Parts: sequence; structure tokens; C-alpha cells
Amino acid sequence: MNRKRWVRWLIFAVIVLIYVWTFWGLPLSGIKETAGQITRSIFRGLFHPDWGYVYLPDGEDLLRGLLDTLAIAVLGTFISAILCVPFAFWASANRGKSRVHSGTGKVILSVVRTFPEIILALLFIKAVGPGSFAGALALGLHSIGMLGKLFAEEIENMDAGPTEALIATGASRMQILWFAILPQVLPGFLSYTLYRFELNVRSATILGIIGAGGIGTPLIFALNTRHWDRVGIILLGIIVTVTLIDLASGYFRRKLA
Amino acid sequence: MNGTPTPSAALPKPPRKLKHLLTLVLVILLLWGSAHRIEASFGRLFKGLPNMWDLIAEMFPPKWTYFDNVVQPMLDTIRMAIAGTTLGAIVAVPIAVLAASNMVRSPWIYQFFRIVLNLLRTVPDLLLAALFVAIFGLGMIPGILALAVFSVGLIAKLTYESLETIDRGPMEAMTSVGANKLQLILFSVVPQMIPYFISYVLYTLEINVRAAAVLGLVGAGGIGLYYEKTLGFLEYDKTNAIILFTLAIVLAVDYLSTKLREKLL
Repeated sequence: MNRKRWVRWLIFAVIVLIYVWTFWGLPLSGIKETAGQITRSIFRGLFHPDWGYVYLPDGEDLLRGLLDTLAIAVLGTFISAILCVPFAFWASANRGKSRVHSGTGKVILSVVRTFPEIILALLFIKAVGPGSFAGALALGLHSIGMLGKLFAEEIENMDAGPTEALIATGASRMQILWFAILPQVLPGFLSYTLYRFELNVRSATILGIIGAGGIGTPLIFALNTRHWDRVGIILLGIIVTVTLIDLASGYFRRKLA
Repeated sequence: MNGTPTPSAALPKPPRKLKHLLTLVLVILLLWGSAHRIEASFGRLFKGLPNMWDLIAEMFPPKWTYFDNVVQPMLDTIRMAIAGTTLGAIVAVPIAVLAASNMVRSPWIYQFFRIVLNLLRTVPDLLLAALFVAIFGLGMIPGILALAVFSVGLIAKLTYESLETIDRGPMEAMTSVGANKLQLILFSVVPQMIPYFISYVLYTLEINVRAAAVLGLVGAGGIGLYYEKTLGFLEYDKTNAIILFTLAIVLAVDYLSTKLREKLL
């Protein structure tokens, strides 16, 4: 009892120390005096958006920016959904594999997951030049981490019955994969892919901030040039698009489940 | 026998192939359209690969001595994540209560707060940071606020969902002895929720450490600024040192937080 109380006090002290360290000398100064005014401007922009920007006959407008964003997300998701499959089979801990085997796969996937997509995008921009393609490649590579992990869990939860039945009838490895494994894991794979697509749409909206295409580029430009009504319409466009994609993807995922 | 369907003698029909075929065609069209839209091609990728390879070659060996320069920004990153998560967690509590259907009677109120939370979660954290930088200027404050807003969306959602599944027994027992609303929440709801709530806060902290590492790209403080700096000066060995440092910190925070969460639940 006494020891338990000590542990409690210790935990409490550690938490207090962490918070003292966090908030000690946090630079509260340096806030612009215009902060209130700019906040009001942004809200005014949100409620009186620049509707003219939705469609411009020539060149860069909201709809084309959003279309680019969706295209980046579609392509990025597709790339990762294909590339993560071998990693998923590598990292799944069943089918009589050693723990080292699946463990290394899991570690690699979690390192890939940790690598922020925006940093990957910076690197891909150096390789293929600025633009949407670099963004799609970055999303594709980053998403492998999460999709690979989810796919591997799906493979682990697979029922061994059909595979054993097929082995008993003397099926080849290809036939086992096609008739026993794929039908079981495909709905789960598709559902996770759709979920990742939702996340990728969100990520794709920010890639433009560093020049990797999509709606982020005009947004950061409007912010820097203080076109608040344009900031407003772009934010509204992003919120509407992400909400619609979430609703549609959620509907398809419920049908798959 | 009433109600049980009579088994038909015929074999079950094989599933329709047409639907799958159409879905496949649709997906291929979507991919082709997307690739066309953003001018993606294998040609460009293969042309870019040597560049990519040069870049990776220049990143090694990482410049370890650069650590001394980035320890302080890295500590700032962690401080931003802790401060943002805490602020978000505090604001999330009342919103979670107002969004739970077993805490608030009126569906108008809890549906309203759910819609607000859903809208909040559509805006990515980096975008929030860019907005707050425009409002408050460069520094850690906009970063903390962006993380706080993002945390409210996540923590409040997770909390109200588990709030709706709590055991009603203690609440009914307290109502029957005449406890008021405040006593009800303090003595029957809070003890049940605390482990879950702390677990969600830790989970959000993991996400926020990752997010805080890149907020510097839009000028919101932390280590992110140094990515752009070193890449801009083409000092890829320094970039690599930062990348490895960030990876190590994020993995360490993940590990600690996961262990703590396992202990809690």
C-alpha cells in the first residue's frame, strides 16, 4: 500500500516536471498585433468567399486545383495498394513463418510509416521536379507503411481451412493463391485501400504548400498575398471535397464489409 | 414449418461477373484519367531515378556533427506536441460530453457538435498551421494552436464514442439515491472514462509528434524549418542526419506511448 502511494507520487511528479519543461519560457511574445484583425478578415473571407474563383475559363481555378488533388490521391493510393502487397505477405505472422522473418517486415513497414509524406515529397521534387507527379509518388511510398501493416493483419486473420483443403487436393501455389487466399483477403484489402484513399485526399491538399501539386499551391499563394476571400473559397472547397469523399468511401466500405 | 424457406433443388447461381468487370473498367479509367491529369508517366519516373539516386548517394554518410544544431529545435518540436495535445485535450472534454447521445437529451445539440467535429477533422494539421502562421506570425504559438485544434477533433470523437458505451449501472444507482447531475458525472462517469481518455490523449500525442516535425515547413516552429534550410542549401548529409534524428524520436515516443497505453487498458 505504501509502495503504491510512492509510485503514484512519482508519476505525478514526473508529469508536473514534463509540463514545467514544456511551458517554461514558451515564447508568448512575438504575436503580431494584427492577429485579431487578420482573424476577422479570414472569417469574413469564409463567409464571403470569392465565388468567381470556382471556375475560370483560362487556367488555375478551384475546380482544377481540387481535380489535381484528387488525381494525386487516386494515383498515390493505387501505387501503394500494389506495392504494399509483397510487404504485407512478408510481415504477416502466419503460414509457419519464423518470428524474425515477419518481425523484420513489420519493422520496415513502421519505419516507412514514420517517414512524413511531406518530407518524401521534398525529396521527390528534387528527383522529378516540382508538381503533382512528385506528390503522387510521395503519397504512394508513404502509404505503403500503413496499408502494408493493415493488409498483413488481414492475412493473419485469414481462415486456414480453404488453403488446407486446396493443398489436400494437390493444387499448385498459384491455384491456392487465386482460389483460397485472394477471395478471403480481397474485401478487406479494398476496404483498407478506400480508407487510405480518404486519408490521402487530406494529405494531397497540403502537398502544394511545398510545391508538390494540388490545391495547396494556390492556397499558400492566396495566404501570402492576403487574398482572404480566395483563402475562404479554397478552404470551403477543401472541406466540401473531403466530406464528400469520406461519405462516398464510407458507403462503399459498408457495402464491402 | 412456417417461415422457414424451402431449400431449392437448383444449384446456387454463380455471382454476376458483369458488375466486377464494370468496376474494373471504371477503376482503370479513373487511374488513366488521374495519370493524364498530373502528367505522370514511367518515362518521367525513370528519367528522374538517376537524380534520385544521386540525391540518396549524397545523403550518406549522414553529417552526425549537425546534431548539436538541431537538438534545441527537436526539443521545441516535442514541447509543441505536448502543449498542443494538452490544450486540445482540455477543450475536447466538454465537447465530447455535448456530442454523446447518452449525456445530452436533445439530438439537435449532439448532432450539431458531431458535425462540427467532422468538419474540424477535414482540415489537415499543416493547413491549420499555415492559417495560424498567417494570423499570428512565425513561431511556435501557431504550431501549438494548429495541433490543439487538430487534437480537439480527434480526442473529442474518440471520447464521445466510448462515452456512449459506458456501463449505465453506476449512473442508475446514483440517480436512485438522488445524486445531482454534477455528482453523477464526477462519481459514475469520470472513473469509468479516465483510462480511455488518457489512452486517447497518448495516441493523439504520438500523431502530434509526427505532425509537429513537419510544421516548421510553413514557419510554425520546430525541426521542420531545418529540413527546408538544409535541402535549400543542398546539404543533403545534414538533411539525412535530421531525418534519422526525427525517426529515432518518433519511434521512441511511439514505443513509450504504446507501452503506457497497454498498461492503462
